[in-house]
Amino acid sequence: MEAQSSKWVFRMTPIRFLLLILAGVAAALAVYRLVVGLGATTNLNDHWPWGLWIGFDVLTGVALAGGGYSVALIAHILHIEKFNVIARSAMLTSLLGYLLVMIGLFLDIGQWFNFWRPFVSWGYHSVLFEVFWCVSLYTTVQVLEFGEIGTEKVAKSWHRLFAKAMPFLLIVGVLLPTLHQSSLGALYLTQVGKLHPLWWSPYIGLFFLMSSFFVGPAMVTVETSLAGRAWKHWVDVKIIRSLQRIGVTVMLMYLILKIWDLFARDAMQYVFAGGLESTMFLIEMGLGVIIPIIIFFIPWGKTRAGLITAGALVALGVIINRMNVVIVGMIGYSGAGYIPSAIEILVTVGLVAGGALAYCFICDNFRILDHQEEQHKVAQ
Amino acid sequence: MAYVKFDTPGKGVLVDLTKCVGCGSCSLACKLWNDLGHDDEVPDQGPDAKLSDKNWTAVKFFALEKDNEPVYRFVKNQCLHCQHPACESACFSRAFQRTENGPVVYYPHLCVGCRYCMLACPFDVPKFQWDKSFPLVTKCQMCSSRVDKGEAPACVGVCPTNVMTYGDRDELLAMARKTIESDDKYIKHIYGEHEAGGTNWLYISDIPFEKLGFRTDVTTRPIQEYSHEFLKYTPPVIVAWGGLLSAMYVYTKRRKEVAGKDKKDVPM
Repeated sequence: MEAQSSKWVFRMTPIRFLLLILAGVAAALAVYRLVVGLGATTNLNDHWPWGLWIGFDVLTGVALAGGGYSVALIAHILHIEKFNVIARSAMLTSLLGYLLVMIGLFLDIGQWFNFWRPFVSWGYHSVLFEVFWCVSLYTTVQVLEFGEIGTEKVAKSWHRLFAKAMPFLLIVGVLLPTLHQSSLGALYLTQVGKLHPLWWSPYIGLFFLMSSFFVGPAMVTVETSLAGRAWKHWVDVKIIRSLQRIGVTVMLMYLILKIWDLFARDAMQYVFAGGLESTMFLIEMGLGVIIPIIIFFIPWGKTRAGLITAGALVALGVIINRMNVVIVGMIGYSGAGYIPSAIEILVTVGLVAGGALAYCFICDNFRILDHQEEQHKVAQ
Repeated sequence: MAYVKFDTPGKGVLVDLTKCVGCGSCSLACKLWNDLGHDDEVPDQGPDAKLSDKNWTAVKFFALEKDNEPVYRFVKNQCLHCQHPACESACFSRAFQRTENGPVVYYPHLCVGCRYCMLACPFDVPKFQWDKSFPLVTKCQMCSSRVDKGEAPACVGVCPTNVMTYGDRDELLAMARKTIESDDKYIKHIYGEHEAGGTNWLYISDIPFEKLGFRTDVTTRPIQEYSHEFLKYTPPVIVAWGGLLSAMYVYTKRRKEVAGKDKKDVPM
């Protein structure tokens, strides 16, 4: 396998070439944005201070990258070893996801050269402070966790040290996301009376945490199927199914809690009220939660196609949820609409493309997908 | 969990909207004192007046009906200087701080430009310099340097019809209550007494506040408390969840070793 040789490879395919162009365009636009400012490049204004970059690149990106911590918890903290086969790719996706989030955040702040300020000026009673610290620390932890893989190929003498540090890194690496996945939702606690009651809830932090947990297995399913196609590396359907069982369990609890919360806040009336908010809420819950649960319990849910479909729907549902919170749920209060500018969209697309390219490059060169035999070797 | 607990509510301003004739000298004084620019597209006076990065205060014109008679009212807007400011609790780099004298002051050098303050403010006060390369947030500072010297904010001093009274919030509140109780024309509501936990700028009016562009559904609970309600769980969660994760790690690993399984744990 290429990954085991010490040479560096990067196969160029038409899709990768397209991704490269998209990432290049985004990089140029990002530099342009940093020079000329936010007003000239985005459709943000005083009514819409937060838009696509916060909504998709940050809030959604962090959730979708949640696969890393839920799989790390299941495979490495609970030592359920059958999941080892997917752990590396899940954690790699997560690392890349967080790096993209950091870039997205960086592009979105006005005083970007001042980004380090909260490290020294502690606004500790801001929820954003918790988000900032946890995301920064967690990205660092993930880079160190990747060190264990990286040193299999480069700087090999460091490998023992990284391997030794893994238990500590893994524990911190599960603890931090638990904190900031919920605090990302809790950012919107301040939007009381502004964010539509279908989404504003005293439990919004818990909802964000739970959805970031169950989107993990879903993302891993989608991603392993894509990787399976690209590298001819198929993960056993049974493993995917038992991973999704964990996700579906949390999703059922999420659904029950959500319904209870709507009743408790007397917000059930808005669910079938018609209009933009109720439609988007029904799409989010129907497509992203209820249908995937149904798929899991019917015979189709035992097949690879069924599981991939369910996983893709869950991921889509979480994307819709985050965009509903950031955009749809705020339209009623703001009285104005917001459509991202072409530059905002191209930068977001390019960031995702860059992430996909990085994933491909690392899979080509490091032992991510096929590392079973390595583990046997160590075990003997 | 406020940064500093102040013993006194500090200084404030009472605005009596029935007295305003809409001359706009307050807005001009604000621009002169704070060296703000002018923007033709965003007026600081008239029916379309609104706050912006250049208009820290704006006087909005309303044509309304009262007792079937047309009436005109002018509403001066600016930062309300909350007792428990949402912007202060939202800012992760302490760029907003309420001072002992009452003003909520913005410190540009601490600002990252994340705009969470704009989201958090229940009155939508902070504005952003969208046309700049390195934009800052802007808002009324209640002329804090003047207030610290015992002087009234610039806008208050120039008002020709005494719309605004500057003083201790306690005393202003008592004065406002006396005014609205002794005169039937006033709405029996002091805007800012309880909104968002209380503000240092207070308003009285003879027209219902919701007709004058005020947000009357704003929570009376300080926005800070919503964040605090969540953040207070952070330390116990770190300790409990971190401990539990460590325990689970050690336990499941040990169990596997005791069970005599030949596979050694290989992280990742």
